[in-house]
Amino acid sequence: MFRFLAQLGQYFLLLKKVFSKPEKPVIYYKQTMHELVYLGLNSVGIITIISFFMGAVITLQTAYNTENPIYPTYLIGLGCRDSILLEFSSTITALILAGKVGSNIASEIGTMRVTEQIDALEIMGVNSASYLILPKIIATLLFNPFLTLISISVGIFGGWIAGTSAGVISSEDYVYGIQYAFIPYYVTYAIIKTLFFAFIITSVSAFQGYFVEGGSLEVGRASTKAVVYSSILVLLFNVILTQLLLS
Amino acid sequence: MISIKNLNKSFNGNQVLSNISVDFEPGKTNLIIGRSGSGKTVLLKSIIGLHDIDSGEIWYDEILFNKLDFNEMKEIRKEIGMLFQGSALFDSLSVEQNVKFPLDMFTGKSEEEKLDRVNFCLNRVNIINANKLFPSELSGGMKKRVAIARAISLNPKYLFCDEPNSGLDPLTAILIDELIKELTEEYSMTTIVNTHDMNSVMEIGEKIVFISEGKKCWEGSKHEILDSDCTILNDFVFANALAKQLKSSSK
Repeated sequence: MFRFLAQLGQYFLLLKKVFSKPEKPVIYYKQTMHELVYLGLNSVGIITIISFFMGAVITLQTAYNTENPIYPTYLIGLGCRDSILLEFSSTITALILAGKVGSNIASEIGTMRVTEQIDALEIMGVNSASYLILPKIIATLLFNPFLTLISISVGIFGGWIAGTSAGVISSEDYVYGIQYAFIPYYVTYAIIKTLFFAFIITSVSAFQGYFVEGGSLEVGRASTKAVVYSSILVLLFNVILTQLLLS
Repeated sequence: MISIKNLNKSFNGNQVLSNISVDFEPGKTNLIIGRSGSGKTVLLKSIIGLHDIDSGEIWYDEILFNKLDFNEMKEIRKEIGMLFQGSALFDSLSVEQNVKFPLDMFTGKSEEEKLDRVNFCLNRVNIINANKLFPSELSGGMKKRVAIARAISLNPKYLFCDEPNSGLDPLTAILIDELIKELTEEYSMTTIVNTHDMNSVMEIGEKIVFISEGKKCWEGSKHEILDSDCTILNDFVFANALAKQLKSSSK
């Protein structure tokens, strides 16, 4: 318990350092642009593939589990849309990014720590925490909502392809279903969740990497911890945010 | 000038440095020597503020460094150049970008002026036509030289070198030593070199501090080290059979 509280304190002290005034904003801007490409654009591929199949499976599952003449088939489209919007695109995307981006951040910063690159920054008078972590947080906060929107669009498209190809729903019914009783707030809800998740994944993973001590073995452990802890926190905050935002 | 007064440092109750007091003079290459695990690196990292000390004083000229807050310490650190044991070049940046990094961060110079300075520093350490290479494409000796170029890019007042020769062949090691000595004299820097390489000691040791088990056991120059009466120092200096033979024959 004491160790947990000590780590929590260390995490917030790190955040205080991260959000202190940047030495030279133009350098941070360049770093943020770099991270947008590295952490954001480079994740579009995996998010697209996973979202497509996720949408396809949700549609087929919904169709096979609601085979009843009293249910209109357009409800398959509606179910697929709401499942993707409310849960899958934000949460599953976050869990995937916790694996991809989280481990990447922890191992990059951890390697910099054990090879004394972070010490080199500190000796130069650079606030290493801010220089290394702030651009990553800004980049993921800016880009992850787009990843979620891409995931929603591709997921719904995947559901349409799978549903019509498998013959469980007609194209017209599916399109009608995804437009039926649409609540725009659900998109806002998904984006709010994404912003929280992006912050959790980036800051927790950076924290794990920043305080690595030892060598490559410890960097590997930090990378694993980053994925595990950020995934658990994403799931925990998913419950809290759902209660707060939908109740 | 850097002055250390009664410095103590421990980790989890384990005393690593005990009551160390020493002055490091400007324009000289000051060496901290000692066996592996003697506390050299902890001392060096304590002097530059990477480790918080338990007690004592660290003076950079007239400034009591260990009592400064984070931002005040940052200002002093802009006058520090450091060569790390593993070079610590930024993997994601090219040679040119590595040397330019401090200039980007702390000067308002134009791009052209910065590139001129980068090329000057790289030429000074004999790195030619390697601006666009990345650290992974460099040899150990080249990495060290690029790290030196980065360390001097802002004309530092203080230069710290942690095991500058580790992993280098004897000839390259001598070249790095000579470079450190030349730069120290050229820029009148206060240079502190951490080493256990006796070639370095005899090559550039203008002032030598010997540390053993976290305590300062001896200080003097390279000319005095061979005639020292300090047994632990003699065991360290004349560790190999050839050196022992030379010592006994000189007697």
